[in-house]
Amino acid sequence: MAETLLEVKNLKKYFKTQKGLLHAVDDVSFTVDRGKTLGVVGESGCGKSTAGRTILRLLEPTSGQVFFEGKDIFSLSPQQMRAIRKDMQIIFQDPYASLNPRKTVGEIIGMPLVLNKLIPDPRKREQRVLELMETVGLAERFINTYPHELDGGRRQRIGIARAMAMEPKFIVCDEPVSALDVSIQAQILNLLTTLQKKLGLTYIFITHDLSVVNYFSDDIAVMYLGQLVEKASSERLFEKPMHPYTQALLSAIPVPDIDHKQERILLKGELASPINPKPGCRFAPRCNYVTDKCIGKTPELKEITPGHFVACTLV
Amino acid sequence: MEKQASEKNIVLEIEDLVVNYETDGVVVHAVNGVSLRLEKGKTLALVGETGAGKTTTALSILQLIQDPPGKIRGGSITMDGDALLTFSERQMESIRGDKVSMIFQDPMTSLNPVLTVGQQIAEVIQIHQKVSKAEAEQKAREMLELVGIDGGRAGEYPHQFSGGMKQRVVIAIALACNPTLLIADEPTTALDVTIQAQVLELMKELREKYQTSMIMITHDLGIVAETCDEVSIMYAGRIVEHGTLRDIFKETRHPYTVGLFNSLPNIKRRQEMLKPIKGLMPDPSNLPTGCSFHPRCDYAQAICSTRKPAQTFLSDTHFVECLAYESNTGVTITKKEG
Repeated sequence: MAETLLEVKNLKKYFKTQKGLLHAVDDVSFTVDRGKTLGVVGESGCGKSTAGRTILRLLEPTSGQVFFEGKDIFSLSPQQMRAIRKDMQIIFQDPYASLNPRKTVGEIIGMPLVLNKLIPDPRKREQRVLELMETVGLAERFINTYPHELDGGRRQRIGIARAMAMEPKFIVCDEPVSALDVSIQAQILNLLTTLQKKLGLTYIFITHDLSVVNYFSDDIAVMYLGQLVEKASSERLFEKPMHPYTQALLSAIPVPDIDHKQERILLKGELASPINPKPGCRFAPRCNYVTDKCIGKTPELKEITPGHFVACTLV
Repeated sequence: MEKQASEKNIVLEIEDLVVNYETDGVVVHAVNGVSLRLEKGKTLALVGETGAGKTTTALSILQLIQDPPGKIRGGSITMDGDALLTFSERQMESIRGDKVSMIFQDPMTSLNPVLTVGQQIAEVIQIHQKVSKAEAEQKAREMLELVGIDGGRAGEYPHQFSGGMKQRVVIAIALACNPTLLIADEPTTALDVTIQAQVLELMKELREKYQTSMIMITHDLGIVAETCDEVSIMYAGRIVEHGTLRDIFKETRHPYTVGLFNSLPNIKRRQEMLKPIKGLMPDPSNLPTGCSFHPRCDYAQAICSTRKPAQTFLSDTHFVECLAYESNTGVTITKKEG
């Protein structure tokens, strides 16, 4: 039976800005089952990365709760948090910016082991680093090279090896393949799939690329301006998207098939400002089906069929 | 291969273009003999991964390759009967922005932050057309309206616009003088999908309206399928396969092109493992001998590392550079599903 590994409840993360409160993540709730992948999609500025980081408490939440294996991690002390971080890791988008340029590959991958005082003996530690490098497909000879000497695909493998060093149960993958060419992107996606199968990992996979997310995820959550607007299994979401935003988003993907004919739903305008948003559906200004009901009251996330959640007054 | 009927309509012809980047002792072979031709009103896709030579090929047309280190070492580029590579800098200036325009990938860096968008559009018009300042400004406002921005915003600065709007401004500048050829270098890569859909739709409409020919540089085969007529697949500075949309998508022949398609997550078929191309792009300062793709190719034989493949025409519109399609090479491709 499916067992919940992570539960996010009414998570909010606001940032203070000169113009007012920026609602980056606004009342988001969802669960992720052990061994599964939840894809989180949305366009730039929708709050998907902030959500990922707040779940790991890399950013302190404004309010809400995150339960990891039943423990409310926002109530933990820094020491307790450090202990639980071993189980919760992150892979960043930009393999160029997320690695210390002055450390060698071996030092970067070994760093979590040093910081957590897991393997004090340097020789044994190096052994473990070599094992990790093998796991992610990095040749042994790179152990003493620096990140700038390697290409983007290999750098992303370092990031994955570093995340794997603590033998985590859960990894937030924040756009892990967006900076890579397609042929390299496929290599990294395959690696993440293999590791998940082998080690029973649970992923949150944050991306703006819908064909990647569909390939990679069991469930997909769609975010718009800080809010979760729809969540369903990948098959269901692609077959029967209910939220007008999800429908437009899916129809906007360019499909590499010349026989593919699809009516494209073109949206008016662009993302509104997330600063001091008014109550009401945040997608309403761009929505093709907007009615008076959409203004004034924020639609709730309703479960319309088992596992399929939609936040739209018209559904 | 020569077809008389289409001959008249050729807007651009590139023959055997060779471009190097030469720094002390190291020669980066960016473009190694590219030939292509483009008909009026058609859109050609240049597809390939980072370092394949797509952008260098495009920049050569406008002679915007930074020299040093960039050197055009051979070939010819002909546009409307003019041999562009023989043009002086002054002659080129009269062409850039007028007959040939370019849209760059990043709208955030291709606009001048201290000039209003209206001034930037009017500037192109004033340089190329004999009009007064007021007329140019009027035309600039019309161009803004054309790309879906309120003409009243002409007095605003780039930072006051979002990414999608900025790219529309760049498109307005590129189209202000009604160019014969528009070169778009990854025009939507920096944009979100719903905004990308808007911008691609806009480009399509404008192209149909003005019969502009276009070279679309992209790595996204989805965009190719939607916006282009012909496709050139580039690898290590050469066009390894070229054909119509149907040729490339339905009669895919080159192992690299097949690999590109297999690397894409398919929306219709989930669950399967992706079939990536093994290895990495070769170092362009030290290209493999023979076929540049042979170290990554599943079907490579000994001969592939010594003999350079020639263009083999499979039909009037479709050619491939792979020894498997030349006679008596002993190289065969066992067709796999996909």
